[in-house]
Amino acid sequence: MGLAKRIIPCLDVDNGRVVKGVQFVDIRDAGDPVEVAKRYNEQGADEITFLDITASSDDRATTVHMVEAIASQVFIPLTVGGGIRTCEDIRRMLNAGADKVGINTAAVFNPEFVREAAQRFGSQCIVVAIDAKKVSAEGETDKWEIFTHGGRKPTGLDAVEWAKKMVEYGAGEILLTSMDRDGTKNGFDLGVTRAISEAVHVPVIASGGVGNLDHLVDGVIEGKADAVLAASIFHFGEYSIQEAKQRMTDAGIEMRL
Amino acid sequence: MSEMKKSTVAVIDYGMGNLHSVAKALEHAADENTSVIVTSNPAVIDAADRVLLPGVGAIRDCIGEMHNAGLVPSIKKAMAEKPFLAICVGIQSLMSHSEENGGVDCLNHFQGNALFFGEKHIDHDGSKLKVPHMGWNQVKQTINHPLWTDIPDNARFYFVHSFYVVPENKSEVAGTCDYGLEFCVAIARDNVFAVQFHPEKSHKDGLQLYKNFLQWNGKP
Repeated sequence: MGLAKRIIPCLDVDNGRVVKGVQFVDIRDAGDPVEVAKRYNEQGADEITFLDITASSDDRATTVHMVEAIASQVFIPLTVGGGIRTCEDIRRMLNAGADKVGINTAAVFNPEFVREAAQRFGSQCIVVAIDAKKVSAEGETDKWEIFTHGGRKPTGLDAVEWAKKMVEYGAGEILLTSMDRDGTKNGFDLGVTRAISEAVHVPVIASGGVGNLDHLVDGVIEGKADAVLAASIFHFGEYSIQEAKQRMTDAGIEMRL
Repeated sequence: MSEMKKSTVAVIDYGMGNLHSVAKALEHAADENTSVIVTSNPAVIDAADRVLLPGVGAIRDCIGEMHNAGLVPSIKKAMAEKPFLAICVGIQSLMSHSEENGGVDCLNHFQGNALFFGEKHIDHDGSKLKVPHMGWNQVKQTINHPLWTDIPDNARFYFVHSFYVVPENKSEVAGTCDYGLEFCVAIARDNVFAVQFHPEKSHKDGLQLYKNFLQWNGKP
């Protein structure tokens, strides 16, 4: 008995619609975020994360309506990330029914924003997203750095130190994405996941690189992650959330079934 | 057809934000004869058939805002006479005192304190546990209560918190959870029930608890 590890499907949304094809059998409109959220909820997702990739800030009103519609029908925790730059952005998302917001680039350029947000809204709803890349050569001591702009721009910030600093500033959770692994289907970067999970006292969500269910198991057992996030393995019907939970349970991980 | 009087449930809004999920989940669990009213008006709370006290954020702000908004007399009145449910920081606000924010006196409906898990919280086997306690944990029902109707024992509910309540009167404990230690996550006395978890984020079992609350006559 105890706290379960979490599985979090992640969806990209643009202008209030889910993009990057999500394929479920017998779903009428795979682009409707309410339908997709309901489906993942029925499958037993522990939370759902939306990554808002809407280009223009004017269109964010659409995202707010989307969150409202989902929060009225899907009663599990919802996180919204992407484009969160001000306390006003956070307030709008929380009032619409989001439980947490993810802060990424804005934290790198203005760490005080994380402190301000945590003080105003509480650490429990502030997730700091970290995009890390390995910078040490083979044979050297492992070292990871924070990158921005989709992994293209190095910042010179050490990933483990940065995670500790963000927790000190009030982050209630860390969403860690390995930019080396993202999209590769080769599994999480377990080294950086474990290094950060052991360095901070708040939960860590592992992300980037999941290609099969064993990768999820590894993320928890070897990476010491508290939650695992994946997109494509669930979107394209390769695996269901139930299957993922069963595999993790069989590996001895406590899950909510 | 005879006119049926609508039953009302007041969700107390004391300015701490996000009551959307709570209100929507109650509406989802309610039948057509129940109306859900999110309100900061003491008169509306006094007139409601049931009252729900949500809680978000830090305890000092919560208690401070309840006082500033002039809501404490209505909250106490409701706790004296009608079905009353408090959730998350709401349960902590009903205790005597909380360790959070350097120590805050609370409403003292239940005798006992809210304590911090600590940043170096450990499991029974000595391994490190994360704080906040965030995610789905199993709730052991330690008493029979109308609010547990049709909810399996050890069902999982969604939690996010760093402080937990320790009531002095153990017979008031209605449910417990294990996270390094066994602690109280539901407390009940007469017409008042309070939970540490978020029913509005706990899928079917959470909605069932809201449904039970909406049907509860306030008797244990």
